[in-house]
Amino acid sequence: MMEILVCVKRVPDTAENEFELNSAGNDLDRGDLVYSVNEWDNYAVEEAIQIVDKTGGNVTVITVGDGESEEVLRREMAMGANNGILLSDDAFGGSDGKGIATILKAEIEKGKYDLILTGAQADEGAGQVGGMLAAMLDMPYASLVNKIEVGEGTIKVGREIEGGNQEMNEITLPCVLSIQTGINEPRYVGIRGIRKVASVEIPVKSASDLGLAADSVGKTGAKTRRIDYFTPDMGVGAEMLEGSTDEIIAKLIEKLKAKGGL
Amino acid sequence: MTSIIGPASYKFFGIFPAALLSFILPIIGIGLFVYIMARRIAPLVRANPDNRFDHIGKRIENLIVIWLGQIRQPRYMLAGVLHIIIFAGFLILSVRSTSLVIIGFSDGFVLPGLGGGLGLVYNFIKDYAATFVLLACIVAAVRRGIYKPKRYAVPEKYGKDHTAEAVFVLGIISTLMISESLFEATEAAFEFQKTGEVHFLAPLTLVWLFKIILSSVSLNVLQGLHIFVYYIHDLAFFFFLCFLPMGKHFHVITSIFNVFFMRVRKGKIKPVKYGIDEDKLDDIESFGVKKLEDFTWKHMLDFYSCADCGRCSDQCPANAVGRPLSPRFITIKARDLIFKNYPLSGEIYNSKLLVQDIYTEDEIWSCTTCGACEEECPLGIEYIDKMVDLRRGMVDEGLVPQSLQKPMKALEKRGNPYGKMEKKRAEWTEDKEFKALCPVKDLDGETADTLYFVDSITSYDDNIQTIARKTSLILKKAGVDFGILGKLEKDSGNEVLRFGEEMLYQDLKSQNTEAILETGVKQIITSDPHAFNALKNDYKNLPPVRHISQVVAEKIRTGELDLKPCLNPEKVYVYHDPCYLGRHNGIYDDPRQALDAIEGLNRVELEKSRDRSFCCGGGGLMLFYEPEEETRMGVLRVNMAAEAGANVIVTACPFCLVNIQDAIKVAGKEGQMEALDFTELIEQHLV
Repeated sequence: MMEILVCVKRVPDTAENEFELNSAGNDLDRGDLVYSVNEWDNYAVEEAIQIVDKTGGNVTVITVGDGESEEVLRREMAMGANNGILLSDDAFGGSDGKGIATILKAEIEKGKYDLILTGAQADEGAGQVGGMLAAMLDMPYASLVNKIEVGEGTIKVGREIEGGNQEMNEITLPCVLSIQTGINEPRYVGIRGIRKVASVEIPVKSASDLGLAADSVGKTGAKTRRIDYFTPDMGVGAEMLEGSTDEIIAKLIEKLKAKGGL
Repeated sequence: MTSIIGPASYKFFGIFPAALLSFILPIIGIGLFVYIMARRIAPLVRANPDNRFDHIGKRIENLIVIWLGQIRQPRYMLAGVLHIIIFAGFLILSVRSTSLVIIGFSDGFVLPGLGGGLGLVYNFIKDYAATFVLLACIVAAVRRGIYKPKRYAVPEKYGKDHTAEAVFVLGIISTLMISESLFEATEAAFEFQKTGEVHFLAPLTLVWLFKIILSSVSLNVLQGLHIFVYYIHDLAFFFFLCFLPMGKHFHVITSIFNVFFMRVRKGKIKPVKYGIDEDKLDDIESFGVKKLEDFTWKHMLDFYSCADCGRCSDQCPANAVGRPLSPRFITIKARDLIFKNYPLSGEIYNSKLLVQDIYTEDEIWSCTTCGACEEECPLGIEYIDKMVDLRRGMVDEGLVPQSLQKPMKALEKRGNPYGKMEKKRAEWTEDKEFKALCPVKDLDGETADTLYFVDSITSYDDNIQTIARKTSLILKKAGVDFGILGKLEKDSGNEVLRFGEEMLYQDLKSQNTEAILETGVKQIITSDPHAFNALKNDYKNLPPVRHISQVVAEKIRTGELDLKPCLNPEKVYVYHDPCYLGRHNGIYDDPRQALDAIEGLNRVELEKSRDRSFCCGGGGLMLFYEPEEETRMGVLRVNMAAEAGANVIVTACPFCLVNIQDAIKVAGKEGQMEALDFTELIEQHLV
């Protein structure tokens, strides 16, 4: 029996959006964006479901976000996660990585989980929550995991090493793992699956429910903050080839020839 | 002993009455047959419902044309003619066989009505029937046993060769023909020797031949042989009857039902569950076919009815390119499973998930739903609905390849498989040069008589947008007052439905339907046969839908469109029939007539054309699927066009254009061959 918690995040979908900066120049223009669950997190949930299919137990998905984040919890529950928890409070807005980890830790300590999974990174993120969470919970941590074998009291986790090598590690439970894409093939969830779990209740917990001081998280608690957001200027030596695909190819070949690359 | 003693009066060893045996044999035979049939019907009773009692007129027509008329048989000439002979022989001889069974205990029995002149005529005909059936069996056996046409081969992964069963059955049929003829010949020879009376026997028939051979055989031997061949016939007859439901010859019994109940409305997909309305879909516990019993009773009847002739797989483009799909074995594997799970005696076994038990996921995703298999099957076996039902089951279980998950998610979020922004759907109209010539109305605000439904690929694909602009120019020239839905248009969902994502399709359909009805247009025109099919056949309550080729052909006929003489008279054009225009909707002639209206255009035909057209590789979501295959369908198609002597392949479908353009490159025929959309060719030739 394994109790597994998977931390997920709602992000603008990179496949279905064209990103433009907003007029203030400090964020994306979010007016026309569509959101979905962070791709890495989706692999983590699939892995958790596959483990529980073998060992028995429960998968809980958790997210920190606003009311709209419930949508991604439902999608993951439609995949097969048993429970969802939404951590939502105005005070959480503007949290940095440490703030998010602090919020998650407060809820995780209320339960008893054998395994905590996060995505290795998020489309909009910095890839820091998993590691911080493990440290705060004083649990062992493995990052960029691309293989999990479940044993008795311990598990073996594989990591892909730079250059294509694979390492295997034994790690004691409970622990935190950050999951790499490609670890499995996540199952498909359609509208029908989501409708089936539409009426399942998802508890929403606020800062006070979690016993968190409002100033320990959110904007006030953040020790890092974004000061600028921009599309970098094209550096010297970078050139965009324009035209139809055939024209671009012809220009590229010409350039490669000119520089002696061909 | 003045005349030969028939089985009804004969006594074995002078004491045991043969009539008793003649009576017991049919009782055992029919009893066993009824029992076997009851076991065979059991899975049909457990199967899902299917509504096959509609369109009775069309069904009767199918029965006359396809079953009785065997219209599809000569599409494979030799096998077809042999089958027609055997089939016709069976129909004729069924009367004789029935009488023979009764003659076993009632001397000289004649069926009512066959006593007089009609009986003589019948006897004359049935003697030739028996002779021709025997000849056909011999040719068929030589063909199957010695020449072994390739399409009957059983690839190793699908089990053992089926030749033995086929030849064995030909043997039984031959036995029936020979014994029937000998039964009559012995009597005629006996009478001739005894009385010198010459009965008229149809010349050159088996009876005629046997009588000559037997003319000097002793009376005793003739008497013995007469009784012996009678029981050989009786045994063979009832053995055959009970053997039919054991394998591919079940079609002898089921074909009449299977053809009557065959699919009559092309281009449509069956509902998730018959009897459940679309707005009640949420109440259905499980979608699609996951286990054997999830098939409908008609689909099970299909499995029983397959004659293993291999024509479906011979026509199947997926099979031709080495994808892991052979429609013939979709059926054979299911039939084997029914026979295993529903044995003739004992316990019925529960079925496992079919895509893990007898099918593979890739096998089911490999189908382009082109419909070539269904068009060919002489028994009216269908595949598209089964594929869709199996896919519905896989989608419901989350078993969707990653390559398809992305476009499906994009369709859900953005209404197109590319994940492009809704507001960019009408960007093709913004091309400066085009806009100056032909401003296009956006019916979200403006009004028009006609809606041009563009669909996703033609709206978003840089290369294919040409079709949208050419279509608009043609419509303008033809004086059609038209507009587009712009950002309100969603993907038509033709493939979303056919890839089993029912709820997503329902969502797209209701958004499109609402947007279309809101515009108040009187007709819809599209340049995409897939959109055409979905709007025309799958959607409901829309204004009439036409494909641009129909409009062009009509406007040429009425004189509203004039075409210049061919700009490239030195080129050789060939028209490739898109599956969703041709086979699924019967539009073969309009595009051809339009091309032929271009004076001096040199057009040839592909050998595989019209309802035998060969799929280019599939459209919609199929463009995203990454199949295992040895070559591309498009490459085979391009090679066929080259063989036909063509250097321009004209098609009337954006997906065909994409696939054939790619295939020309892959086949290394760039510069020698080109692909052109119908609209582009017509627009070039507008006066």
